[in-house]
Amino acid sequence: MPAEIYLNVAVGGLLTGLVYGLMALGLSVIFGVMRVVNFAHGEMMTIAMYLAIALFSALKLDPLVMIAPIAAVLFVLGYALQAGLINPFVNRPEHMQFILLLAVAIIIVNGLLIIFGPDARNVQTSYSFDSFAVGPLIIDATKLYAGGAAVAVAAALFMFFRHTRYGIAIRACADNYTGALVVGLDVKRLYALTFALGAACVGAAGSMLVLFIDVTPTLGPAYTLLAFVIVITGGLGSMAGALAGGVLIGMTEALAGLLFTPSAKSMFAFAILVLVLLFRPQGLLGKRLT
Amino acid sequence: MTRKLLDGVPRRGVVALATVLAVLLAAPLFANDYLLTVLILILYFAYAGQAWNVMFGFAGQLSLGHALFVGLGAYVSAALYVHFGVAPWIGLGAAIAIAAACGASIGFLAFRFGVAGVYFAILTIACAEFARIGFDHWSWLGGSAGFFLPVANYARNDLWNLRGSPAMFYYVMLGLTVVALIACRVLSQSRVGYYWRAIREDEQAARTLGIDTFRYKMYAATISAGMTSVAGVFLAFYYNNLFPEQVFHILRSIELIVAPIIGGAGTLIGPIVGAVLLTGLAESLREALDLLGLDVPGAKQVFYGVCLLVVVTLVPGGVWPPLARALRLTTRHGS
Repeated sequence: MPAEIYLNVAVGGLLTGLVYGLMALGLSVIFGVMRVVNFAHGEMMTIAMYLAIALFSALKLDPLVMIAPIAAVLFVLGYALQAGLINPFVNRPEHMQFILLLAVAIIIVNGLLIIFGPDARNVQTSYSFDSFAVGPLIIDATKLYAGGAAVAVAAALFMFFRHTRYGIAIRACADNYTGALVVGLDVKRLYALTFALGAACVGAAGSMLVLFIDVTPTLGPAYTLLAFVIVITGGLGSMAGALAGGVLIGMTEALAGLLFTPSAKSMFAFAILVLVLLFRPQGLLGKRLT
Repeated sequence: MTRKLLDGVPRRGVVALATVLAVLLAAPLFANDYLLTVLILILYFAYAGQAWNVMFGFAGQLSLGHALFVGLGAYVSAALYVHFGVAPWIGLGAAIAIAAACGASIGFLAFRFGVAGVYFAILTIACAEFARIGFDHWSWLGGSAGFFLPVANYARNDLWNLRGSPAMFYYVMLGLTVVALIACRVLSQSRVGYYWRAIREDEQAARTLGIDTFRYKMYAATISAGMTSVAGVFLAFYYNNLFPEQVFHILRSIELIVAPIIGGAGTLIGPIVGAVLLTGLAESLREALDLLGLDVPGAKQVFYGVCLLVVVTLVPGGVWPPLARALRLTTRHGS
C-alpha cells in the first residue's frame, strides 16, 4: 500500500477523534466536577443523533447548522436529569450512581428503539461525498467540518471555564466542595449546570457524528464505552486529556481498521484502555487520583 | 451440617424455604411448557445473579462484564462437545477452570495495580467486549455466523449429554440454583465471607485489621467467574446456538445484574426474589401487550430500566431485606 493511504486514514482518524474528544469532554467535565460517572453518556448522544436525523428528514435542516439548537435541547435535558434524578445520589456510593445511570441508559436505548425502530438511519447532505485535496492528501469534507466544529465547541467550553463567573464557580466546586458551600455557592444548581454542559457537549458531538456514521438505537452503549476509554486514557477530569485521548483513540481505530479488519478496530481501543489502566491509571494527562 | 446451614434462620423461614422447594420440585407435573420455560429463565437469572453476587454483593467489586464468563462457559463446553464429543458434565470442568483462570487474571491485573470502583467496572466491560470481538473473528468457533449444537431429540432424555425435554433442563437448573444457594450460604458464613464483607464495607479498615485484601478479592473474582461459567454451559446446551454478538454483549452483563440488585445485593435470597419479580413481571408485561395485539420490541427492557430506577431511588438495598422483615423471615445476619 502506498504511504499516502496511511496518511489519509490517519488524518481521517484525527478528525473523527476530535469529535470523539468533544463527546468524551462532556463525560470528563461531569466527572471532574461532581465525581459522578455518567453511564448514560453515549445514550444521550444517540438522543441528539436522532434529533438531528428527525430535523434533517422532516425540515431538511443541516446537522452542522443545528449543532447549537441540539446542544441547547440536550443542555435542558441534562439540567433536568441532574436536578430531578441524580442530585440525591451525588453523595451516595459510586456504584449506586453507576446503577442509576445504567437504568437511565437502558430506558433511553429502548425508548429510542420503540420510537424509531431498529433500522439504521443516516444523513446525506449535499457535501457528503466532497473532499479537499491538499498535496497528496485527500480530506473528507464532512470530517473536516465536523472536526473543526468540535474544536470550536471545545474552545468555547475552555473559555467558559476560564473566564466566566459561572465557569469559575463550577471549578471552585470541583476543587473544594465544602469551601464552595462556605462561600455561599449554590452547589446544587452549579452541579445541574455542569451536567447540562456535559450533556450539551455530547449533544453537539452527536449532531456532528451523525454526518458520517449510521445511527441505530443500540449505538449508545458502545459510545458510552468509547467515551470512557477515551477519558480514562486521557485522564479523568482533564479537559485537554479528553481531547488528546479522543484523537489517540480515533487514529488508533482508523489505522487498525485499515491494517486489520474494520470490525476488529475497537479491540485496539480496549487494548489501549487495559494498558493505561494497568500502567498509568491516572491517564496520560491526568493528575494522580487520591 | 444442616444445622450449621440453617443456624439463625427462624422456623417460619425454614418452612417457607421447604414449601417453595417442594412446589418447585413438583412444578413439571402441573406446569405447561410455557410456564416451565419461564421458570427455567427465572432459575437461570437466580443462579447467575447468585454467582455475580459473590463478587459484588459479598466482596464489593462491581463487575459489569460477567457475560464474559457466561460466554466462556458456553463456548468451551460447546466446542468440546461439538469438536471432540466430550460430554457437557466433563466440559463443565474445563469451562469452570478456564473462566476461573480468566476471572483470576482480570482480578490479578486490577487488584495488583489498585484498579477499583468504576475503573474496575470499566475494565470488566472492556474485557468482555474484547472477548466478543475476538470470538466474532474466530472461525473455528463459527465466528459471527454463530456456533451450533446438534438439535436436541426431545423424545428421550439424555442427562449425560444434556439433550432432552424442558422438564429435564428445568431440574438441572433447579439443582444448580439450590447448590449455588447452599454454596453461597456456606461461603457467607465462613471466615472468607466475613472478610469479604469487611472489604466491601471499608477496604482500608479491613487491611488495617490484617486481612490480606488482595488475596480475598482474588478468591471472590475466581469463585464468581467459575460459578458464572456454569450458567454459560447450561445456556449453550439449552439454546443450542451461540452468537458472540449475543452471549458476550454488554446488555447480557447488565441483564444479569438487574435481578440481584433489585432483590438485594449481598443477600442470599435477594437474587432469587429479584429473578422471580423481574422475569415474572416482564413475562406478564409481554402477555399483556400480546393480548392488546401490540408487539413492542424494547418494552421489556424499558421495564427493566424503570424497575432498576425505582429500586435504586426508593429501596437502595433491594426489595428482599424489607420484605423479609415484613414477613418475619429475616435472620440474625440479615440474610
